Order: sequence, then C-alpha cells, then structure tokens
Amino acid sequence: MLDTSRSRASSRAGPLVVRFAGDSGDGIQLLGAEFSKSTADADTGFMTFPDYPAEIRAPAGTLFGVSAFQIQFGADEILTSGDAADVLVAFNPAALKSNLHVLKRGGLLIVDKGTFERRGLQKAGLDENPLDGDLAASYQLLPLDITAQTLEALAALDIGRKQAVRAKNFWVLGLIFWLFDRDPAKTEGWIARRFAADMSLREANTTALKAGHAFAETLELAAFPGVAPTRRAGAREHGAPPAREIVSGTQAMALGIRAVAKRAERDVLYCSYPITPASALLHALASGEGGVRIFQAEDEIAAACAAIGASYAGAIGMTASSGPGLSLKTEALGLAVSCELPLIVIDVQRAGPSTGMPTKPEQSDLTLAIHGRHGEAPVPVLAPATPEDCFAIMVEAAEIAISAMTPVIVLSDAYLANAASDWVSPDIDSLPHLAGLVQHPQDGFQPFARDAETLARPWVAPGTPGLAHRIGGLEKEAGSGHISYDPDNHAEMVRLRAEKIARLAGRRAAAEISTGDKTGDLLVVGWGSTYGAIRKAVQELRAEGRAVSHLHLRQLWPLPGGIDKIMSGFKKIVCPELNSGQLAGILRGELLLPVEPLTQVTGQPFRVGDLKAQLERRLES
Amino acid sequence: MNEPLRPADFTSDQEVRWCPGCGDYAILKAMRQVLAEIGRSPDEVVCVSGIGCAARFPYYLSTYGFHTIHGRAAAIASGVKLARPELDVWVVGGDGDFLAIGGNHTAHVLRRDADLNLLLFNNAIYGLTKGQASPTSPIGTQTPSSPAGTSEQPVNPPLFALGAGASFIARSIDARQKHLPEILKRAHQHKGASFVEILQNCPVYNDGVFGPITDKQEGPETVIELEDGAPMIFGRDRDKGLVFNAAEGRLEAVRVEEVGEAALARHMPENAAQAFALARLAAPVPIGVLYRRAGD
Repeated sequence: MLDTSRSRASSRAGPLVVRFAGDSGDGIQLLGAEFSKSTADADTGFMTFPDYPAEIRAPAGTLFGVSAFQIQFGADEILTSGDAADVLVAFNPAALKSNLHVLKRGGLLIVDKGTFERRGLQKAGLDENPLDGDLAASYQLLPLDITAQTLEALAALDIGRKQAVRAKNFWVLGLIFWLFDRDPAKTEGWIARRFAADMSLREANTTALKAGHAFAETLELAAFPGVAPTRRAGAREHGAPPAREIVSGTQAMALGIRAVAKRAERDVLYCSYPITPASALLHALASGEGGVRIFQAEDEIAAACAAIGASYAGAIGMTASSGPGLSLKTEALGLAVSCELPLIVIDVQRAGPSTGMPTKPEQSDLTLAIHGRHGEAPVPVLAPATPEDCFAIMVEAAEIAISAMTPVIVLSDAYLANAASDWVSPDIDSLPHLAGLVQHPQDGFQPFARDAETLARPWVAPGTPGLAHRIGGLEKEAGSGHISYDPDNHAEMVRLRAEKIARLAGRRAAAEISTGDKTGDLLVVGWGSTYGAIRKAVQELRAEGRAVSHLHLRQLWPLPGGIDKIMSGFKKIVCPELNSGQLAGILRGELLLPVEPLTQVTGQPFRVGDLKAQLERRLES
Repeated sequence: MNEPLRPADFTSDQEVRWCPGCGDYAILKAMRQVLAEIGRSPDEVVCVSGIGCAARFPYYLSTYGFHTIHGRAAAIASGVKLARPELDVWVVGGDGDFLAIGGNHTAHVLRRDADLNLLLFNNAIYGLTKGQASPTSPIGTQTPSSPAGTSEQPVNPPLFALGAGASFIARSIDARQKHLPEILKRAHQHKGASFVEILQNCPVYNDGVFGPITDKQEGPETVIELEDGAPMIFGRDRDKGLVFNAAEGRLEAVRVEEVGEAALARHMPENAAQAFALARLAAPVPIGVLYRRAGD
C-alpha cells in the first residue's frame, strides 16, 4: 500500500510542505502552531499560512467549515508556504474534498477513515466514499482510525467521549512528530503550561500526543529524512546564538509599533474599529504594554480622527483597518495632510470591493492609498514584503511621518498578517532614533514655517508654554498658518505639500534589484506580500539560465529614486500583482515605460509554479 | 502668584467673522470670561471644533485650537484628551455637527464619559451652507431644501444625551450673559463628559426660531431656570411652578396658589426620571443643569 521509497526521494529534493485540514472545531490551527514551534526548535527555516473560513463556528463536517494550515520548511531559503503539499492530513471527508488538489501526486495522504461514514460523506456532498476509489493510485494513502485510536488511548482517563475526541489533534501531532523526527518533549511542556488549570485536559492531550507518536512507530513507515538546520540571513551575528522564534506579520507589526514608541520616546495611541483581518493587530496591542495604548473607537472615522487628535497632542497616532475602513478614513486623511500632522494608517488589504472576501488577500487598495483623497493630498505609501518585514516597515513609516510631518499609509494584506515564519527578534536599540527627527520650533515661532531640507513644519503640541496657536483644515498662509484664501498662497501651499513628499524619494534608499543582474531580458517588479513567490520564481528561472531579475518595491509613493534607471536596463518589464494591474498602471503613468501587468484576483496568493510559467511565456512573447 | 487672567487674555489676534447680531458673539464673550475665571493658562486649554459657523470658534480664542472636519470634533478631541489628559479640552459644534453628521460620535463620547466639555450651539439651521433645515429644525421649517416645510421630528438634544448615558447635561441661552457663564463653569467643574446645549439665534437664516424663549420680555413666562434643590418656580411674578406627574413621567405647569408651594417638584439633578421629564418639557423650557449623574 505504501511506497515509502517514493516519499523519501521526493523529500530529499528540497523543502517539505505539510498541510493539515479539518473541521473548524478540530484544533487545526493549534496543531499547526505547535508543529511550527517544533520546526523553529529544530533550527529549520519555514513559512506558514493558515487558511480558515470567515464563519466562526460553521456547521461541523461541512465544506465551508473546513480550516487548514500549511507549512513549508527546509534547509533552503523558505520564501512561501509552498505551492503543493508533500503531506496532507485530512480529518474528515469535507477536508479531503476541499484540500486534495493541494497534495502533490505521490504525496502522503493521511485520513481519519472513521469519519468516512454515511453522514460525513453526505455533509461533504460526496455520493461515494473516496477511500473506496483509486486514491491509492495517485497518492500514498494512509487511512488511519484517528478518532478511534485517540479514544482508545484515552479510555483509561476519567473524561467524557466528547472531550477525548477533541484531543485527536495532539494524536496527529505525535504521529507527525515521529514522521519528521521531532522531539515531543517541548510540546509536552507547553501542554502542561497551557492546561495548568485543567488537569484532565492536560492529561488527555499529553496522552494523545504520546499515543500518536507510539502508534507511528508501529507503522511500516519510514520517517522523512531530517532537514538540515538553516542559518538565515538577518540573524544577529554577535553574542550568544539568538533563539529562533515564530512571528506572524501581525505579531511583527505589533512589535514594530512598540519599537516606534520606544525609539520616538513618545506614546503611541493605536485607534481602531473591529474589521477582518486588521482586528488581530488590535488584539496584539490590547495589553497596553510598551508605550502603546489602544482606543477601540465607535467607527472607522472616529478611529482615524482620534489618532489625528493624539498626534496633534504630541503622541504618535496610528489607525488600522482593511479596505472598506480605509475608504471611510479618507476624509480624515485629508485633514492630516492639510494640517501636516504625523499619522500612520495601516491597511490590511483583503479581497474587495465592499465586503468581498474578508479573510482572503488581495492588493487592490494601492490606487486608493496613493490617489484616493479629495484635493491635492499626496501621502507616502509603504508595503512590507514578508511577515518579518512588517516590523521594519512600521519603524520606517514612523521615520517618515515624524521627519516629514505627514500621514503615511502602510499596505499589508491578509496573507502577510496571518503568514508566519521564523525570525530572530531585532535589536530595538540599534534602530533609528526617531525622537531626534522631531522638528522643534525656532525663535519667532510660526506653526507653518518649514525646515529647509525636509520642508517639515514644527510639531508643537498643546500644553507647550507660550506657543498656543490654531490650526485647521482651511487653507493656511505659508508660515503664519493664518486662514488664507489668497490664490498664490494656495498654489504655493499645494506645491510645498507635494514637494515635501517628493523629496522623500531622494532622502530614502534608492530602488535596488533584490534578485538577479542589473540588466537582462525581463525585470519582474513586485510589491507587498508577493515577494516570496516572485523571488522563488525568478530564482528558478535564473537557475535555468534565463536573464530575469526581481525588483521589489517597499516604498510605493513616492516611487524610490533610481527606479527609471533600473528599468531602462531590461528589454521587458512585468508587474505581477494580486489586483487588476494597479502598480503597472502607476508605473506606466509616472515613468512612461511599457510595464506589462500580470494579474491574479482569486483571493489567493501567487503559486510559484503558476508565476514561473507566466513569466516564461512573457519571456518568449 | 501671577496676575489674574482677564477675558482679553483669551482673545486671539483674528478678526471675528460672524454675521452682525449672531448669537455666537455672546457665547464667545461668555467663554472668554469663563476661561479667565477658571484661570488656566491659554497654553493648557484646547478648543476643538468641527465645521460650520460655530466651528470657527477656536480661531477667536487665544488657546490652542483645532478646527477639524464636519462632525468629527468629539472624536478628535477624544484623541487629544487620551494623549494629554492634563489639558482642558472644549469641543464646540453646531446642531449639524453634533446631531447629524457627527451624531454617532456625540452618542459615544457621552457614554464613554471622557473629561471633555461639549458645547452644542443649537440654532436649528445650517448657517454656513446657507440655511438648510437641520436635525433640530421644528416641524414645518421652510428652507431652500424644504420649501414646503420640514416634516421630520426634530432631535431633542438633552433627551439624546440622556439616552446616550451622559453624566452631565445642561442648557443655556446665548443672550443670558449671567446664566451662560455659570453653566459653562459647572460644565468645566464636572469630571466626565459635560454636554451643554446653548440655544443660539441665527439672525440671517432662522431669526427668532426660539421666539419667546429668548425674548427678554417673554422669557420669564416661557423659561424656567433650574436651581439645585429648589422648588421649580417660574413666571414674571413667580406665580407658576411644575409638579411631577409620576404616573405619566412628566412635569406639568400649574399655578402655585392652586397647589401650594410644598406640592411643587424640587429640582434634583441626580433624579433621572425627573431629568427625562425636564428634557421633554417644551413649555416652559428648562435651563440650567438638567441632569448630573449621582456621585459625579
């Protein structure tokens, strides 16, 4: 039944992808998180992605209630959570039906065969039991009675059947640990801490974990070969070897926000209204630690306005949302532009328009971020490239907001927010000293006097003795800030506000090729969460001798310096995006170059294989 | 000890640009007087406003000031207060600001009870946009946007505030230059969100909307000035009063001689049932502190 030699061969070729799929109530995300931790402990690089439904408690066993978790790990640089899985664990028929397409041909398919009975099949909309079909012809099918095995293992414990069944995720974890030669000891310790208050749960989960591990030993199954530990770039080199931790984009962003408070030596007031998928960041900051306080406002508009009020009062105001919420905040952004106040706006993009697909990633708010305001209201726009970059991007956003007295938009997305990888937490004290960037008032204070280099106006908060003044959304006279309807003054103020943002291009890092040579046949220009997939596709094409390079933009507005020069070194420029070609349009408009869009709007991240095939076609056309 | 502050110390260098005869002049005068009496430096006071005639207010004070966007003053002021709790923060807006475009913020800032002083300049009209009906315009108000007269029930501001869970609700009138400063001072003293409705005349688009209420001659007959703990008496000859009809939860005007003074309701601002009745009372119009939460 099981051809283990095939699985060993395929796993040796490169990194491995494991996917768990089950019912929302099966504890799939917990299982994935614990497996990720053991991967980090094995000092192996990885990236994960949870794929769960928007419904909180969808009816058990249904297709729309399926929750999945995927992890790719290995010795190479791991750039995505993987196109296709080497191992799929399906907890029920619905999970099998909706996830089988992700499993590689010849991959290991573990199913809980006890759930493939009449009712389970019916709920999944299956007329026939797929286990009776020819699955074994395409995959290494391993049907196990997971639920029954878990119940048997826990039979001696004094717990109910329902509670015992819920331990099956730990039974599977034990089995998978054996397959990948992981040590379950740390997980046992975690279970002991997590369920310290409930002895029976603690015992049930530990017993299930051990039972799954022991069961795997009895199988006629070869373990996957160990994956060599990776030493990834960016790790701190000095001192004791730092511990590898797991960080999602959301967690990295929360840490970045705390780093901003520390380096700016000012409080951060994070103002938000619940919205998927941005809410996770609100939760991550809710403890109020590290100089960051949260304010859950009555709506998106109030969240943006309270953040502006906080910045006006000398704190660092931040607000976050997802697409529809950013639309609501745009009027307030106009005020922040006009009053020249620092403000950071995070948009965790999701598939739109309107409610769209709230848990699915898309990059379709780019033109809204760059252009979506009334009046002439330029705003810098940044986008992190990886989950761990969500940390650095917040510090950069604050650097811009404070030094140029401007709102800044950070475009994350549902993929970056949820995807996790291993990282070594950065040294906060080595970050830029943001407090040093504040423009202080000069003698003969004028609220709209400007620094000659940055064009920033001074940041003078209420309470500052002797400098009481009034600001507002009406046009201001250059310098004094008095209300002015003077035609020439308005033209000058519009120019100054635009020039202040345009100058950032010269002050900040120039565009730089991230993979490949400075000239070639094809330049692939990406931004945001597509970094990993594009880099991998470009690496593979280059390995095949193609003259392809990758330029990834972390700063979308103003466009970084030198971008036109880089582009002129290539015969063709292609811009892959999870939208209908927004960056491509902006690059065409700004640079007058024939940038070709390469778009996908499925609410899914790019698959490396698809992207590579598309790029090959562009190379040939 | 520094010199005591004077109203002039709270006067900015900006020329006031309201229409001649606008009720806002009187409110500005009262406010400057009150700020001087409170005695905090203009550097420790912030005035945040939305959009509209009333919202020009911060430009005419020498304090820190922020003229923001329509309806959002309460939200922006919340951020200011969260960042700098030690500052005195005043929020100024009109009936459109507070009860139409910004109604949501008004409700939530009141229930949250942050220590802000919210001044609603109620002239029952949109002035700066040239005279459209507002959420407080009485039924039948004819305007360019309602040529046949409005048909919608107006918002009752104190009732709105009570419904939102406000901890301090007061009302005064622009022209009452003794009463208004007293109410502003009590609003400032209150720790928590203080909601003050100021009936304000717009001589251009809604002249006389409060008619006999703001009229000097008619005032004593149409307005009742509330005093904590005192029987509710009004009238030029102080011959009228209010009794509380507990069964129907409303206050009713009576002649004092008919019921005797002992039967009159006493003003207990902490009595919520009475506060609801005061908020709903149209004749006479109650002014003063309508409600104050017990213990506050």
